[in-house]
Amino acid sequence: MHIKQELTERHVLTLTVDNEAGTLARIAGMFTSRGYNIDSLTVADISEDHATSRITIVTKGPPPVIDQIIAQCERLIPVHKVTDLTEAGPHVERELALVKVSGAGDQRVEAMRLADIYRARVIDATINSFIFEITGGPEKIDTFVTLMREVGLVEVGRTGIVGLMRGAGVS
Amino acid sequence: MPEKSGAEILIDTLIEQGVDTIFGYPGGAVLPIYDALFQQKKIKHVLVRHEAGAAHAAEGYARATGKPGVVLVTSGPGATNAVTGIADAFLDSIPLVVLTGQVATNLIGTDAFQEADTVGITRHCSKHNYLVKDPAELATVVREAFAIATKGRPGPVVIDIPKNVQVAKAATDVKRPTRSRFTYAGEADYAEINRAVELIANAKAPILYTGGGIINSGPAASEALRELAELTGAPVTSTLMGLGAYPASGDAWLGMLGMHGTYEANMAMNQCDVMVCLGARFDDRVTGRLDAFSPDSVKIHVDIDRSSMNKTVRVDLPIVADVGTAMRQMIDVWKGRKTKKQPLTEWWSRITGWRAVDCLSYPGSTQEIMPQYAIQRLFAATKDKAPIITTEVGQHQMWAAQHFHFDAPNKWLTSGGLGTMGYGLPAAIGAQMGHPDALVIDIAGEASIQMNIQEMATATQYRLPVKVFILNNEWMGMVRQWQELTYESRYSESYSDSLPDFVALAEAYGWKGIRCADPAKLDDAIAEMLAHDGPVMFDCRVHKTSNCFPMIPSGAAHTDMILHADQVSGTMDDEAKALV
Repeated sequence: MHIKQELTERHVLTLTVDNEAGTLARIAGMFTSRGYNIDSLTVADISEDHATSRITIVTKGPPPVIDQIIAQCERLIPVHKVTDLTEAGPHVERELALVKVSGAGDQRVEAMRLADIYRARVIDATINSFIFEITGGPEKIDTFVTLMREVGLVEVGRTGIVGLMRGAGVS
Repeated sequence: MPEKSGAEILIDTLIEQGVDTIFGYPGGAVLPIYDALFQQKKIKHVLVRHEAGAAHAAEGYARATGKPGVVLVTSGPGATNAVTGIADAFLDSIPLVVLTGQVATNLIGTDAFQEADTVGITRHCSKHNYLVKDPAELATVVREAFAIATKGRPGPVVIDIPKNVQVAKAATDVKRPTRSRFTYAGEADYAEINRAVELIANAKAPILYTGGGIINSGPAASEALRELAELTGAPVTSTLMGLGAYPASGDAWLGMLGMHGTYEANMAMNQCDVMVCLGARFDDRVTGRLDAFSPDSVKIHVDIDRSSMNKTVRVDLPIVADVGTAMRQMIDVWKGRKTKKQPLTEWWSRITGWRAVDCLSYPGSTQEIMPQYAIQRLFAATKDKAPIITTEVGQHQMWAAQHFHFDAPNKWLTSGGLGTMGYGLPAAIGAQMGHPDALVIDIAGEASIQMNIQEMATATQYRLPVKVFILNNEWMGMVRQWQELTYESRYSESYSDSLPDFVALAEAYGWKGIRCADPAKLDDAIAEMLAHDGPVMFDCRVHKTSNCFPMIPSGAAHTDMILHADQVSGTMDDEAKALV
């Protein structure tokens, strides 16, 4: 007997939650305990009175599993609202990455040139290194990081994505 | 400004919430609460002998009375011992409020004496949990906890209270708003109800598949089910959790469905054209092989929990609502439209054919007590006394579900979802606390009963006349049965060796002990048990190698039932072995 794998879809979920101790553990732990995937997760306080936070989760699974994930999130007491941005329609996704490259000579020039094309900003520089700050959709950042590997990438930090629906509607 | 300690605020709020009974065990981190308990008279505390017993007793109390069960245990081992009961209540949707002591807030995280991360451990086996860091928050948290435990789909809520929060004082005259962040389903959408009524009215072969949600919804839901079954003329089956919601003596009753359900219930589930799932959740013990589960039916699913919808079985009409309210709405619409009940003659004649298989028959014996016979005699002797039956987990549990019949809800308390051995005795104690005059019987196995046997002392202390009826076959019978079916009878560790003398044990605890091995003397022995005004342990020596049939083997379809022992094969393929 062998374990079977199912075809999966990528979905971006946003959750409005109570900003209190244990909420993140409750949500992240629910994903682990029920065997769901988390590709990335971001969380920050978003309300004026610091009472609510917004969590953006990128997950993947077959459509019935995505439906279960949303239902299981909604079942948690501190979770007020769950929106599946991928289902909701047009939306924007952005992520920030810090990319450190090290090198000298042509490699250094090439890194600088590529960064310019990708509109990455230099936020730290030494004689033999740069840190670039780049913002964009996850694919743009993936491509940029792949290119930087060729020209001396030594370290990368990524925030994971945040997303909003296009237009005046709110998620 | 009047001030009270956290412990006093806690007790005041429990009284305000209508709590009259707490099941618990003291320890270092709850001493302030126990001292506050000592100084009041409204709440009765039941001292158990192990914290697992406290949680199961609270479950038994909750299931028999419909009120939330309350548990009080200390930090560390007190809390971890209660975890099985919390997980059990979570899977069976039983309302509990579990109060756990915790080390002082300044010691949390230092690996202090009797420290455990209780909120971490219980986070995913409770409906919600709290760590209270300020006595001023206690009253609000306790109120919210009772609301969460009892409303919507019920479940256990844990409140972890550090010792310094129990001692510290807070003002009691400050009005704090009760938070209303918790929402739950109530009435169903009438468009959905209309569609459901249309589907049922036009069905040629409808079935009502009912579950524990109807019991949880309250006695009115059981009333509504009876009326709905009468109006529609549809047959009724139930999960293990829902037994009693529809009377077993009713004409439309098919018996329990699922792995050890009746042939007629499972065949009707397989062959129906409209399935109405009412407060059940398509558990793997019910569905058998998923791709062969009721292949040609339109499925309506009424459940209070949205996450139960389409979890394992895709349904055509999901209705998120309280099942009692939704059934009442269906009845109103049905009557409002003056819908005529269809005779369903062909459907019922097929059911009559399946019933004729007589799937619960078993080989009789005049030499030995057959376990099924023991349950039948116990039922015959007690059915007029409206007994509350609890069980442990295993063959005896399934035989009890098959051969003991329930005509009312809240009379059948069994660990369905988690399948916890050791559940029955403490649950019986809890049920007896809630109903002091009721006849409460724990139908047990000789292996399961030993898992919480220490609770015998609790029954003795509070003079609770619970009866423990042990079907003693000297085997962990269900394990042995699966080893026969799946592992060519290699009986790995399933023999109940070194059993205690249950009669002597009963006497040691101040109980009455009865032993019976002769079918001719069984009725008299049962009468002797019932006549005794106090706890009784009945060691019923039954046929040792009987297995529980009918059975849908792991990974098989409803139509592939094993009806009798001679159909049993000795091995299974890996796919079937991998299923639980």
